[in-house]
Amino acid sequence: MIKVVDAKANSDFSLDLTFNNGRRKRFCAKPYLEYEAFRGLQTIENFTNVSVSNGTVCWPDDLDISPDTLYLEGTDLDDSGTGAPSALDWDVEAIRRDFPVLSQTVNGKPLVYLDNGASSQVPQSVIDRTSKYLAEEHSNIHRGVHYLSQHATTAYEAAREKVKRFINAPDVKECIFVRGTTEGINLVAQSYGKKFIGHGDEILVSQMEHHSNILPWQMIAEERGARVVMIPMNERGELILDEYENLLNERTRIVAVTHVSNSLGTVNPVKAMIATAHKFGVPVLVDAAQSVPHFPVDVQDLDADFFVFSGHKMFGPTGSGVVYGKRKWLDAIPPYQTGGGMIRTVSFEGSTFAPIPEKFEAGTPAIAAGIGLGAAIDYLNSIDFKAAAAHEHDLLRYAEERLGDIPQVRIIGTAENKASVLSFEIEGIHPHDIGTILDQQGIAIRAGHHCAQPVMQFFDVPATARASFAFYNTREEVDKLADAVLKVIEVFA
Amino acid sequence: MSELNDLYQEVILEHNKNPRNFRDIGDADKMADGKNPLCGDALRVYVKMEGDMVSDVAFKGSGCAISKASASMMTQAVKGRTREEAEVLFNEFHRMVTGELDADAEDNHLGKLKIFSGVLEFPARVKCASLSWHTLNAALSGKDVASTE
Ligand SMILES: Cc1ncc(COP(=O)(O)O)c(C=O)c1O
Repeated sequence: MIKVVDAKANSDFSLDLTFNNGRRKRFCAKPYLEYEAFRGLQTIENFTNVSVSNGTVCWPDDLDISPDTLYLEGTDLDDSGTGAPSALDWDVEAIRRDFPVLSQTVNGKPLVYLDNGASSQVPQSVIDRTSKYLAEEHSNIHRGVHYLSQHATTAYEAAREKVKRFINAPDVKECIFVRGTTEGINLVAQSYGKKFIGHGDEILVSQMEHHSNILPWQMIAEERGARVVMIPMNERGELILDEYENLLNERTRIVAVTHVSNSLGTVNPVKAMIATAHKFGVPVLVDAAQSVPHFPVDVQDLDADFFVFSGHKMFGPTGSGVVYGKRKWLDAIPPYQTGGGMIRTVSFEGSTFAPIPEKFEAGTPAIAAGIGLGAAIDYLNSIDFKAAAAHEHDLLRYAEERLGDIPQVRIIGTAENKASVLSFEIEGIHPHDIGTILDQQGIAIRAGHHCAQPVMQFFDVPATARASFAFYNTREEVDKLADAVLKVIEVFA
Repeated sequence: MSELNDLYQEVILEHNKNPRNFRDIGDADKMADGKNPLCGDALRVYVKMEGDMVSDVAFKGSGCAISKASASMMTQAVKGRTREEAEVLFNEFHRMVTGELDADAEDNHLGKLKIFSGVLEFPARVKCASLSWHTLNAALSGKDVASTE
C-alpha cells in the first residue's frame, strides 16, 4: 500500500508529500471556495500544521477538514523529464500489493485476473475510503444542515472536483455523476435526442460499439423517427475514416463513438473524428469506459462534447460513473430523470429545475461509490500513470507474441493503435470451453460476445475469448495464459 | 488437469469432435430452434415421428463442446423412444443438471447421460448442457423456439 512518509507545506498553499515508494509529489490545495467548510484552509498557519501518521496526512485537530480537500493529482517533483516513461520504471510487485484481491487463490491456483475490461480490481485505498464513508460519514447529501450531511456533501463534491481534474474538464459543474457508462449514454441519448433529434435525422454510431452505445441510440431514433447509421471498420478492426467523413451530412445530429473498443482493443482517433464532426457542426459523444483505465485523457484537448465512463473499470466501485458534457449542451437539453434534488421550485402549476449538475442528478446518488471513485482517481494520481501505460503496452506486445506463436490461435483485432485488450479464438474450440478450462487454472478471462454482437458478426465468430490487462498484471501471468491455452488445445486434440 | 475430468470427460470430448446425428432432416415433422442469448449458442433440432415414436432425430448449429456433446448424446438417447419416454428423459435430465435429481442415488432412465451430472459444479455451463433438451422439448410440444433464458 502506498503511504505518505513525509509532508511539507509551502507558503503558496501547496503541500509536498513523499511516499514510501520514493515518489515525491506536490499537491495544491486551492479550496473549493463555495463550501464554507473549506474556508479554514485558506490560512497558511492551518496548512503548515500538517503532519504524517501511519501513512496518512493529519490535519490540526481544530481544522475540520480531511485530505480529501487536496487535489490529489500532484505534479511529480522528481520528474527529470528524460524521455518517455518505460515499462522498466514500473514496480509491478509493489503495485500488486495495493490490490488485496490479487493475492487470492482460485481453484487452488494463484488468481490470474485478466478480465479487467469487464471490471478492474480495487486498491486498498479505495476500500478504506469507501468504508470510512460508511463508518463515519454516511448520510444524505445536499440536504442536511447537520454535521454528517455536511461531511458527506464535502466528500462527494470533492470527488466531483477530482473527476474534473482527472479529465481536465473546464468546469466542475459539467461533471455529472451517474451509475455508469450505460446510464450515462442513456441520459445523453434521451435528453439530447428529445431536444435535437427529429424526423429524418441521422445518428452516426461505429460498428465496434458496445451494445450500450448502440441501443440507447436505436431507442431514441425510433421515438423521433430518426436513423442510426453505422461507421464501418476494416479487417484489422480500425474505423474507416474516409467513410466516416462521407457519412457526415446536414442530417447528422450526433456521433457516438468509443474511445477504446472493449472487444478489439482498438484505440480510435477520437480527437481527429471530433474535429471532422465539428466541421459539420455535429457534436460527439465519446464512450470512454475502456480508455480512462489505460491512459490519461483530456476532454478539452479532445474537444469532446460528451465524455462518459464507469468507475468500476478504472479501479473504483460499481455504481459510480460520469457524464462530462459541455455546458452549452447540458444547459440546453432537458433533464433525464426528475425527482428530488434536481429542482429549483415545484408546484402543481409547474416546476423549474436546478442548474447543472443537479439538473441531471435526481434522487439520492450512490454516495459511497462516488467518493470511492474520487479515491480511485487519487490512486491513479499517486502512481506514474504513463509508466503504467507503458507496462500495459509491454504486456500486450508480449501476449500477442506468445499467443501469436501458437498456430491454432487467431488474434481478433489487430489495429495499429491498441490498448491492452486481446481477443482471440482457438481453431475448433468454443470460447466458453476455453474460459472454463482457464478458470480451472485460476485464470479469469472473458468468453462471449462482449456485448458487441456487430463486431462478432463482422469477424464471423459466435464469440471470442478475451484477455484484458491492467497495470498490475505481469509477464509471468501472460506466460500462464499462454501455457493454459496450450493445455486447452491438448485437451481438445 | 484432473479437476476438469468431471466436465470434459473423454466421452464428451469425443462427441464434440464427432457429433452423432449432426445433420438436418429434410422431411422433419417437428423442428425447433434453441438459442442461448448469453453466449450466442444456437442450434436447430429436427424430429421425425412414426405414430407416437421418435423415429429419427438430428441437430445442426454451433456451440461449445458441452452443448454439442449434449445434443449429440440426446439424439442417441431419444431415437426410437415414444414421445412420453422422451419427455421423461427431458425432465430427468433437467432435474439432474439443476441439482434436483441425484442420478446415482435415485431411480432414473438417464443411463449414459449421467455423465453430464458433472456440469453441476460449473453453474455457468448448466445452460450449455440443457439447451438441446429444451429445444427438443419445444419441438415435441409444437413450439418452434426455445431459449435457455
Ligand atoms: C466500451 C464500453 N462501453 C460501455 C460499457 C458499459 O459499461 P457499464 O456496464 O459500466 O455501464 C462497457 C462495459 O462493458 C464498455 O466496455
